[in-house]
Amino acid sequence: MVYLGFPILRMNIANPILTRTKSFFAEIGDMAFFTARFFREAFTSPFEFKELLRQCYNMGNRSFFLVGVTGFILGLVFTLQSRPTLMQFGAQSWMPSMVSISIVREIGPVIIALICAGRIGSGIGAELGSMRVTEQIDAMEVSGTNPFKYLVVTRIAATTLMLPLLIIMGDVVALLGSAIVENLKGEVSYMLYFNQVFNALSFSDIIPATIKSFFFGFAIGLVGCYKGYNCSTGTVGVGEASNAAVVYTSMLLFVIDFIAVFVTDIFIEV
Amino acid sequence: MDSTKNIKPVLELRDLHKSFGDNHVLKGFNLKLYDGENLVVMGKSGSGKSVMVKCLVGLLQPDSGSITIKNQDITAMGQKELDVLRTEIGFLFQGSALYDSMTVRENLEFPLRRHKDKIQNFQDTETLVKEALENVGLANAIDLMPSELSGGMQRRVALARALILKPQIIMYDEPTTGLDPITAKEIIQLMRTIQLKYHTSSLIITHDVDCARVISNRMILLVDGINYAEGTFAELSNSKDPQIQAFFKN
Repeated sequence: MVYLGFPILRMNIANPILTRTKSFFAEIGDMAFFTARFFREAFTSPFEFKELLRQCYNMGNRSFFLVGVTGFILGLVFTLQSRPTLMQFGAQSWMPSMVSISIVREIGPVIIALICAGRIGSGIGAELGSMRVTEQIDAMEVSGTNPFKYLVVTRIAATTLMLPLLIIMGDVVALLGSAIVENLKGEVSYMLYFNQVFNALSFSDIIPATIKSFFFGFAIGLVGCYKGYNCSTGTVGVGEASNAAVVYTSMLLFVIDFIAVFVTDIFIEV
Repeated sequence: MDSTKNIKPVLELRDLHKSFGDNHVLKGFNLKLYDGENLVVMGKSGSGKSVMVKCLVGLLQPDSGSITIKNQDITAMGQKELDVLRTEIGFLFQGSALYDSMTVRENLEFPLRRHKDKIQNFQDTETLVKEALENVGLANAIDLMPSELSGGMQRRVALARALILKPQIIMYDEPTTGLDPITAKEIIQLMRTIQLKYHTSSLIITHDVDCARVISNRMILLVDGINYAEGTFAELSNSKDPQIQAFFKN
């Protein structure tokens, strides 16, 4: 118990802080059990391949346009904003290298993962939450189907598999947006632009970013499913599950990104 | 139901206890359901009826007591054994619980696809789905989404889904709640028809006196977590006990 001097302060401030801290760690523990259950169920038969494919299709198909538009605008704006600064130093010829490395290593994966957290994570949270509230998950269990395997494992696996593909697509579209700006403003041909992009990029840029995207996808699926599957009753619970899925996933994405950059920095000489 | 006393029950609950924190919901509840019988469990809202039925199908784990279904203790069962046993039990949820991302056809096909071994030939799926929908008078709704159905129609589809694997025991959790009196009567009539057609044993959880009067062979009143009284509808409705009378007063 934290003693703050006045009993009234101890009642009103210390207790809620302690309660929140306790519930935070309790939730971390619950999520650890949920993750362990995912790995246990994911590698034991029966496997829900059909549902996994359906989820992959849904997630990829429904996010395709959003990720494409976001990536295009990202590349466009990034190049437009950076151009004047590089021109001041006469370094505009470095534009393709700078943009490609920034987008592939960091900005592309993080921005697209955040967009997908909003699009996919909240969708999973709301869908599973509403299924929990309307007893559809119970109905599935009573019909002799393991709802964790059918609903949770397939969704987490689908986000883990689809996010790297969406990020790669988003990166490519972002570089295309950047190339259009360079072509229009700097009269750089598309061939020259992409030659410089491929010269600047190496496997040490692409591989860590791709590995990182698998973890981003896993985090989006895990938090969305955890919040939805354990949703409290009522429509408020569904809203909270959906909202919490986005908030917690966004925070988790930055933590994963920090760890990924830190680990990459140790193992890969830049 | 004296004739049933020598017959082994298809479902039996013994000394069932279930608490949620300090709230002791079931305090030693007992129940026996015999073959072909319609047993109604009646109680006030919040008396633990739904908790009891969820313990019966393994959705909730009881604190203590035994649950025997077709001579198998479900509290000692593994997940796979429980899933197999669940194909012998149909469950109608209070809110229908239809999968809202699937059509009526897919809702009915879902249990069939999970238990292909229960049906002789997977090609029979279409026939089984149509038969189940015809049983509830909704053959034309096969390609509709649950959101396109009225409350009564949803309940009928849910009943068709509960029946599709031809279970021997059907559990109804508040089958008439939220329905208008006419639709409620239709559902009750449908439950009777199905019971007679398939000779199922039914456990009906309700607080609807009309439902209990029409459908019950025997009744149990659940009060304060125990079976307070047991008997036929006539016996209980004529009881002088004020707590029993409270259920039957209009």
